Amino acid sequence: MDRHTDSSLPNGAPAIRIEDLCRHYHMGETVIRAVDGVSLDVRGGAFVALLGSSGSGKSSVLNLIAGLDRPTSGNVLVQGRNLAQLSREELAKYRLHTVGMVFQSFNLIASMTLAENVELPMRFAEVDRAKRDGLTREALARVGLQARMNHRPSELSGGEQQRAALARALINRPQLLLADEPTGNLDSHTGTEIMNLIGEFNQQFGMTVVMVTHERALAERYAQRLIFLADGKLVGDEANAPAVAGFASQGEHR
Amino acid sequence: MKLPDLTGLALRNLRESFLRNSLTTVGIAVGVASLVAMLSLGIGLQELASRRLVKSGLFDTVVVTSRRDLRNFGREEERNGPAPGESRILDEPTRQAIERLPNVLEASPDIRFITELRYEDKPHLTMIAALPDSAKSNDAFDGMQGKFFSSDIAPEVVLQKAFAEELLGKTRTPGAAEINVAELAPPLLGKELTMRYAQREVAIQPPLARAENPSGEEHDMAGAAYSVISREQKLKIVGIADLDPESMRGPTRARVFLPLQLAESLHVMQPADLREISQAANGQPVYSSVNVRVKDPKDVQTIEDAIKKMGFNTFSILDASRGLRQFFAVLYAFLAIFGSLALAVASIGIVNTLVMAILERRREIGIMKAIGASDGDVKKLFFAEAGAMGILGGIVGVGLGWAIGQVINFGTNIYLRKQELPPEHFWSVPWWLVAFAILFAFGVSLISGLYPAGRAARLDPVQALRYE
Repeated sequence: MDRHTDSSLPNGAPAIRIEDLCRHYHMGETVIRAVDGVSLDVRGGAFVALLGSSGSGKSSVLNLIAGLDRPTSGNVLVQGRNLAQLSREELAKYRLHTVGMVFQSFNLIASMTLAENVELPMRFAEVDRAKRDGLTREALARVGLQARMNHRPSELSGGEQQRAALARALINRPQLLLADEPTGNLDSHTGTEIMNLIGEFNQQFGMTVVMVTHERALAERYAQRLIFLADGKLVGDEANAPAVAGFASQGEHR
Repeated sequence: MKLPDLTGLALRNLRESFLRNSLTTVGIAVGVASLVAMLSLGIGLQELASRRLVKSGLFDTVVVTSRRDLRNFGREEERNGPAPGESRILDEPTRQAIERLPNVLEASPDIRFITELRYEDKPHLTMIAALPDSAKSNDAFDGMQGKFFSSDIAPEVVLQKAFAEELLGKTRTPGAAEINVAELAPPLLGKELTMRYAQREVAIQPPLARAENPSGEEHDMAGAAYSVISREQKLKIVGIADLDPESMRGPTRARVFLPLQLAESLHVMQPADLREISQAANGQPVYSSVNVRVKDPKDVQTIEDAIKKMGFNTFSILDASRGLRQFFAVLYAFLAIFGSLALAVASIGIVNTLVMAILERRREIGIMKAIGASDGDVKKLFFAEAGAMGILGGIVGVGLGWAIGQVINFGTNIYLRKQELPPEHFWSVPWWLVAFAILFAFGVSLISGLYPAGRAARLDPVQALRYE
């Protein structure tokens, strides 16, 4: 099977290596092959878009990279660690420190204020109480929500919620940002705002971004690489020159 | 997650579904309250009973007699004692030896004699007994008019109500209402009685008193000489007892009481002297019986055994108290079972609330896992919520149980007052029960949280996130 490598990037070690990845679900007698033999390498600092129609397996691949799910067979190596071999406890640690996730439906906890939502991963990471307040403010300020700290998600617009979710995803300074249709519930204007923020994090902090989307145009505007999935299989892998100014340049790592 | 964070998060989660969680907590509180109420009633009743029993002096007293003494407890002697000739004399050194036994409060000689008392020149023949100072806590002196002896040597007497009636010349008609002791007291308290008695004196002692009392006669018995001198002693009436302190003594019970040391100093001729006189030649007082008070009724058996080993007969009402303790143990168990049942029902409430919370917060659990919460974090969070409800319910429940107890106690005392009985405190919530009830509620809540917490921890985050 072909290994698709992002060879255009300067430092050679892949941040993510996926080897012959399969994820099968059993529905009664039938076996659904959500992910079926996908192999691919993603270089550190890359902005990759996973494209495909619904049911193509793109979200399943993302969940496997995120350590939310375990493969039926094959391996997912992130920074050399094979997720398939990690214990549940180790996977939780991995999600806590290495990965930040944003979702189409924002997934903020409705009963908590924005500040509490953003602070929550630091509670799990047992960050010092004294430091947490400052870090929370800083993170919310970065996404322009410092004035909304004590509001609950239901009091905010979709765009604001997604920005808060971004602040939460980045609070523990992960190396990997995984975004599952981050603009799916937003109008095009707010969608652009969010995408610009994600692009900024990719550029400024050298964070590896894997984004799942079904909008090719969006992917072409921001991603350096487009990977196409259909029926759980990898069917295309193209390098792309992002249309948004400044996103073409590489190597401005942290 | 650290404990303060965990607790904070748990409490804020509890506040989120305030109504449901409060109702669950109230459920626990009612369970704890019924447990506390039941147990404290049991404890209170037992305390009341043992307080009453200890005050009665029946259950912490061992009566010691010489095996030579055929007058009292002769039946027992026939069964288990050595031959009377081998037994020891119950004299002063023996009394002191008994008093030195562990857990013995005091060993006081039983001094009682029948003699004549003159009041307003009328003679009255009665049994007189000596009381140690410690007897004032005996419940027979509850409701006494006047006061107990001012000292152990004071020339004072306490009368039993019936004897007071006799002194006043009132005769009891059968079926008449009990005479109120308060009516008897005013004409008698502070008045003087003259006691005429026979003083025993061993002949080897210089007969000091003979000069003042020429009516003295010399007796010569069993080869030892002693004198019996007729004497008089003025006594002041200081108290009139409502109850009969010696009701259990039957035919040997006394109706007039003297302080013990005074009685000893008088060397009144007692029936036992007639037999023991040969052994009493060394000048040491000899007693027909000694009353031993022990620290705790549970010590009675060991002390009885120790005294029996010394060669004396003993008698106590231990078996009755043992039966009583057994009764309370059973009562406790029953009350605790009923109380626990209520708590068991409450714990099902906790399970229900938490399982519902899992369904409701499925997505939240998924989110927490996606952002890095471990199975352990989720489990601990649910445990903390269950535990917080348990502790809260426990505290509220103890308060509620205590309040229920106060109300019942109050109500019962109103009833007792109507029946013209003294108020009683039969409700007791000791500190250990408070701590136990709260810890028990906490423990039950944690156990109730086991299943929901485990289930929440095992939730598949991908599935949970898909859940709307």
